[in-house]
Amino acid sequence: MQADTATTPPLAAAPEPQTVYIRAKPGWRAIDFGELWYYRELLWNLAVRDVTIRYKQTFLGVLWAIIPPFFTMVIFTVILTTLFGLDRQRLFNGLPAPLAMFTALAPWQLFSVSLNQSSNSLVGSQNLISKVYFPRLIIPISSMASAVVDFCICSVFLAGMLVWYHDQVTVGWQVVTLPLFFLLAVATALSVGLWLSALNVQYRDVRYAVPIMVQLWMYASPIIYSSARVPEKWRVWYALNPMVGVVDGFRWALLGGREEFAPGMMTAVSVVSVLVLLLGGLFYFRRMEKTFADLV
Amino acid sequence: MSSDIAIQVEGLSKRYRLGERHKTNNLREAIAGAITAPLRLLGGKAKRGESEEDILWALRDVAFSVKRGDVVGIIGKNGAGKSTLLKVLSRITEPTSGSVTIRGRVGSLLEVGTGFHPELTGRENIYLNGAILGMRRADINRRFDQIVDFSEVEKFLDTPVKRYSSGMYMRLAFSVAAHLDPEILVVDEVLAVGDATFQAKCLGKMQEAGRSGRTVLFVSHNMDAVLSLCSTALVMNKGRNTPLIPATEAVAMYLARSPGDKALPFRERPRVQASPRPAILADVTVETGGEPNVVPAGGPVTFNLELRDFADIAGLQIGLNFVNLRGQRVLVFHSLIHSALIVKGADRATVRCAIPSLPLVPDNYMVQFVLWDGYQTVERVDDAASMTVVFSNMLGTGRLPIPGQGYFVQPSEWRVL
Repeated sequence: MQADTATTPPLAAAPEPQTVYIRAKPGWRAIDFGELWYYRELLWNLAVRDVTIRYKQTFLGVLWAIIPPFFTMVIFTVILTTLFGLDRQRLFNGLPAPLAMFTALAPWQLFSVSLNQSSNSLVGSQNLISKVYFPRLIIPISSMASAVVDFCICSVFLAGMLVWYHDQVTVGWQVVTLPLFFLLAVATALSVGLWLSALNVQYRDVRYAVPIMVQLWMYASPIIYSSARVPEKWRVWYALNPMVGVVDGFRWALLGGREEFAPGMMTAVSVVSVLVLLLGGLFYFRRMEKTFADLV
Repeated sequence: MSSDIAIQVEGLSKRYRLGERHKTNNLREAIAGAITAPLRLLGGKAKRGESEEDILWALRDVAFSVKRGDVVGIIGKNGAGKSTLLKVLSRITEPTSGSVTIRGRVGSLLEVGTGFHPELTGRENIYLNGAILGMRRADINRRFDQIVDFSEVEKFLDTPVKRYSSGMYMRLAFSVAAHLDPEILVVDEVLAVGDATFQAKCLGKMQEAGRSGRTVLFVSHNMDAVLSLCSTALVMNKGRNTPLIPATEAVAMYLARSPGDKALPFRERPRVQASPRPAILADVTVETGGEPNVVPAGGPVTFNLELRDFADIAGLQIGLNFVNLRGQRVLVFHSLIHSALIVKGADRATVRCAIPSLPLVPDNYMVQFVLWDGYQTVERVDDAASMTVVFSNMLGTGRLPIPGQGYFVQPSEWRVL
């Protein structure tokens, strides 16, 4: 069952109608960016839909974007400092623990919400997939929109915290690099989301695996601790988890450019790891795409 | 390909592996399969033999071409491959081999209201659904007022559609689809939904599309709709197609082919069941007093039904429907309604339905049986028997109405007072 469809991109004012060829072709194929661009309005509409309905008929509304990371921060601060009696200052090498945690939790929240949304996105859109044609990539991509909106709301809260702690932490010039680390976070979420959404079409196990995977992944990322605590010899392997690069980047950019978070080998490893995951995810997705309508 | 051809289909085939959907939906089995695959290889069974039974050719070497501006019907029984063909043409699923060349923007109406979200307002859904169907925002803006006018839901535009009545919902959904305005329109059974007014509106809109030079592919079981919309049609049967022929011929061919499967023993003929079980209706014999399966108009006919293996059903009600060749149920005889009879569950039973006078106009009919357990249809056999009603002088005038005039023959007395 190997096939391919190819579209000649429609020209804006072409009098000649567009021609579509549908034929069988080998399984691996390139990503058709022209076609994705042609369908950008659908991407936008689906993203707007997801954002619009996310907090409809909720009492607390957008506060739900802040509540999970906020309580994660409170709980771990209490557990680590009060129950385990760890020194508040030494936990993050002199940084206020709540601030250091929330700086990591904002991109973490982006990642975990994205994963939850995108892993179910294809299965949740089965009525679309079996009824209408469009590049299927649009579905997992658009499903990340609400996570990005949540992230923006978290960022406002984070900015408030930075003001609150202004006597202990001064934001430096490094903050201009933040968009790069934001992009890295989005790329990480997208790459994993692509794999999971396509796998979920065929193996519904994914739905059950995602919550536990997100939980484990959180401990494997420097959220409630500092990556500086990871022994030197393991760091390169550790940084294969792209969230390591993301979180360190956020802490470096926002918390005054501290030496231990400065971009270096670990960031490079994370970036390469994301690129591999992302390209692999895109090609796997494209390969599976043609079977979605039959399997979903 | 010459430029007046809108759709060119060549050697199109689509294969499904039966049971594929369930075979590897479980990661554990897939992993186990991957691990044992090399072992199986050693064992000499390189690949689990794909015997012919595992494979379903939903389409097999389908070929035809449609000229620009033609309105073409596609007819065929359930499972003949019509829907798969439309899915391939609208690029939802991909062919196994063969090719299709389409010149022009395709709009497919495989289901009205695809992508509507209950939480969104009517206005938001118009934009969302329009985008899903392939309209640009500018197109939607331009046609927005027309869409709203056509749908008659103006007052509720800013209400979430979950608060709409189902009628309003359908009207809004259809009017978005109706203003899609593609060069090639692919339609699958839209007429099966909605009330009669709505269906008429759909038909009208599609006739309009046909008249305005658009190419339309129309799949339907409704022979009336096919005849009134399409000039040419093709018949699908077991994944293969006939060439494009005049719609009247295609309908005739479809109807002639329908009673097929006659070669099969009755118990094995296709039937629709609520849940899989051995066939209940095991055999049907028809007594006409003359030629088999031929009844004079107004004449008697008797059906003997053999029922098997329905001990688990407390009470079975049996409906016997005469279905005309346009697919309309024109006459029903029902055990409970006509005789207050409910058949008690048993391992076997014989039931007789005697009709003293069959008041149908001369034509060909199919006899359909519906077995009802009081809650659901447990079994339905669509072409249990074919019946031909022939002329008789039952009215004493030497004449009878013909099928186009009406369905039934009843005596009536006419005089000038």
